[in-house]
Amino acid sequence: MLEAILSLGGIGLTAAIILGLAAKKFAVEVDPRELALLEALPGANCGACGYPGCSGFAQALAEGRADPGDCTPGGKETVEQVARILGVAAVSSDPQVAVVLCQGDRQHAADKYRYLGIDDCNAAQKLIGGPKHCPGGCLGLGSCLRVCPFGAIEITPQGLAVISREFCTGCTKCVAVCPRELIRMTPAAAEVHVLCNSHDKGAVVRKYCSIGCIACHICHKAAPQAYIVEDFLARVVYEHHGDAAPGVEKCPTKCIRDFAKGYPAGSSFLGPASSSKPDIAA
Amino acid sequence: MIKQYKTFRGGLHPPDCKAGSAHKAIEDCPLPEELSIHLSQHIGVPAEVCVAVGERVLKGQAIGRARGMVSVPVHASTSGEVVAVEPRPHPSGKTLEAVVIRPDGIDERHGALSGADYRSLSPEQLRERIRGAGIVGLGGATFPTHVKLSPPPEKSIDTLIINGAECEPYLTGDHRLMVEAAAGIVLGINIFRRALGARRVCVGIENNKPDAVLAMRQACRETGIEVVALATKYPQGAEKQLIYAMTGREVPSGGLPMDVGALVQNVGTAEAAAAALSSGRPLIERVLTVTGPGVAEAKNLRVRIGTPLSHLIACCGGLKGVPAKIIVGGPMMGTAQLGLDVPAVCGTSGVLVLREEDLAVRPEGPCIRCGRCLQVCPARLAPTTIAAYARLDRMSEARAFNAMDCIECGSCAYICPSAIPLVQSIRHAKASISAKRKKH
Ligand code: SF4
Ligand code: SF4
Repeated sequence: MLEAILSLGGIGLTAAIILGLAAKKFAVEVDPRELALLEALPGANCGACGYPGCSGFAQALAEGRADPGDCTPGGKETVEQVARILGVAAVSSDPQVAVVLCQGDRQHAADKYRYLGIDDCNAAQKLIGGPKHCPGGCLGLGSCLRVCPFGAIEITPQGLAVISREFCTGCTKCVAVCPRELIRMTPAAAEVHVLCNSHDKGAVVRKYCSIGCIACHICHKAAPQAYIVEDFLARVVYEHHGDAAPGVEKCPTKCIRDFAKGYPAGSSFLGPASSSKPDIAA
Repeated sequence: MIKQYKTFRGGLHPPDCKAGSAHKAIEDCPLPEELSIHLSQHIGVPAEVCVAVGERVLKGQAIGRARGMVSVPVHASTSGEVVAVEPRPHPSGKTLEAVVIRPDGIDERHGALSGADYRSLSPEQLRERIRGAGIVGLGGATFPTHVKLSPPPEKSIDTLIINGAECEPYLTGDHRLMVEAAAGIVLGINIFRRALGARRVCVGIENNKPDAVLAMRQACRETGIEVVALATKYPQGAEKQLIYAMTGREVPSGGLPMDVGALVQNVGTAEAAAAALSSGRPLIERVLTVTGPGVAEAKNLRVRIGTPLSHLIACCGGLKGVPAKIIVGGPMMGTAQLGLDVPAVCGTSGVLVLREEDLAVRPEGPCIRCGRCLQVCPARLAPTTIAAYARLDRMSEARAFNAMDCIECGSCAYICPSAIPLVQSIRHAKASISAKRKKH
């Protein structure tokens, strides 16, 4: 009995000493700043910075290979903290959020065929360009939702992707995955957006969508600095920092939305007045 | 003793539904009001238009010039006036450039067309004639035939296989062609044989077409061409599966038939090549089957390239009931259409119209691990695994499970009791993998 205890204990002790020495000898030196940086980063491992996870980014930062501003999800605070640790000046850009430039859910936009396949917008797009008549409209199968690391996207029961302006950190993953390129990065301060992505002529748009931009120029006439109409599609001039709101109510198809007044119908995201549903234009 | 017919591993037996048209002789489809002949009648670079709006063209006159190696010219399928050169809907779902011709009803032949005795021509000249006639694979893949007939010198082709399997349900065009035009097919086979210098030539026909087997056997007497009756099983007519059934050779993963010294040509292609050589007629028409419970009368038609599907349906007595799904090609591998305004192209082997009551739409369920998809996959893949990875967007794993070897035959999706759209997921994976490859 005693023998057994002694021999096992002996083996354990020897191994412990060897391991302890080895740990000392082969220790990898970690830049103390790297640990501090890792602490400062959000820890979401979203990959928006282009590195595999926050630790990869922290390492790159410590080695001077990365720019503090690359962590978009961290926002201003993180950028400042990172800059402080590194002893550099913080160059934080304007925070950006992603916006889905479409309101054509099942209620508003027509389908050209019945799609029975897998829930993947990229796969659906390969079948005769996707089931939506509108070549630029949201397919609503949720490919963006699945790549968002922050849970900022939902698909409404009517089949439209909606991005929460509160949860979006601007990592741009959804922008990359959308086959119809209808998610755009916009300054977070801008609350007014033209939610349409169809470059078809007004008469064509009218045929398949009751809430699409028909390029009537009414918004542009109401606020020429705030909106431009290009290639049959109106868009907000984000560089113009003034009040873009004047045209919102004037739009005959209601495709201009002021997010300060809430999210599109069916979205569960909280907004000041989520009851203000867009009206269906005749 | 039960005779063992040659076949491949895997596969299944969908109801063949051929009875509606298998006994119907091929009819000539009358000319429509307007023909829209696409400049992409083949895989590869589309032809370049070489006629102008307002010009009068003759039957067999080139209206599109071949651009590049993997390209063939496109010809007018009757005489008439070019009324437009514009993008038109194509059966692939895209809108592509087409030459629109209004037939004048005279069907006047282009004077320069003439035939020749193929035995007096060298393999090089044969390939040139085949290319000039715009011959492409009529099995549906529309790969330019002259390219297939020009293997690189280090790959010697000893076996020429002629595909008369026609394993897709509903389609009977190749069947009728073998019964009615066996002599033409044999002439085409001899042309291919001469162009290639192949030692062994064999024709594979599924044993559910005994009259075709008989007709081909008679026509092949004393030519040294073997006619082999194959087991009736889908996808017997898929290239790699057919090669395995006929020769026992297995095309390696990512490889081509020529890697095992074999080459496959469809019976329709052989007949088209024969017509091109014997009378100089380029590829301006093909035999196809108009069928399905949604058409009044199923028929095999000889159709001018560019004829709208609506005209074909009208020639078959019109629609029966409300169409819910229109498929160009066979039900297993064909392409669903948005409407009947698309024209027949060289790759159109059939038009199938199904009504709502013919569609078995079931909600998708979870994979129950029954393994049936693995049993039927002729490429011996694990469809359920690849599809699961594809849906998780883990394409490198999908690739590791050989997603790229999928021939998109649809057997797995057909057999799956849980109605999982397996092929679509695998196709999605294949597209993502090749897109990634191109980027790097
Ligand atoms: S579609 Fe692909 S995976 Fe499915 S059975 Fe056919 S070859 Fe196999
Ligand atoms: S056939 Fe369908 S249910 Fe059965 S193992 Fe394959 S995927 Fe799963």
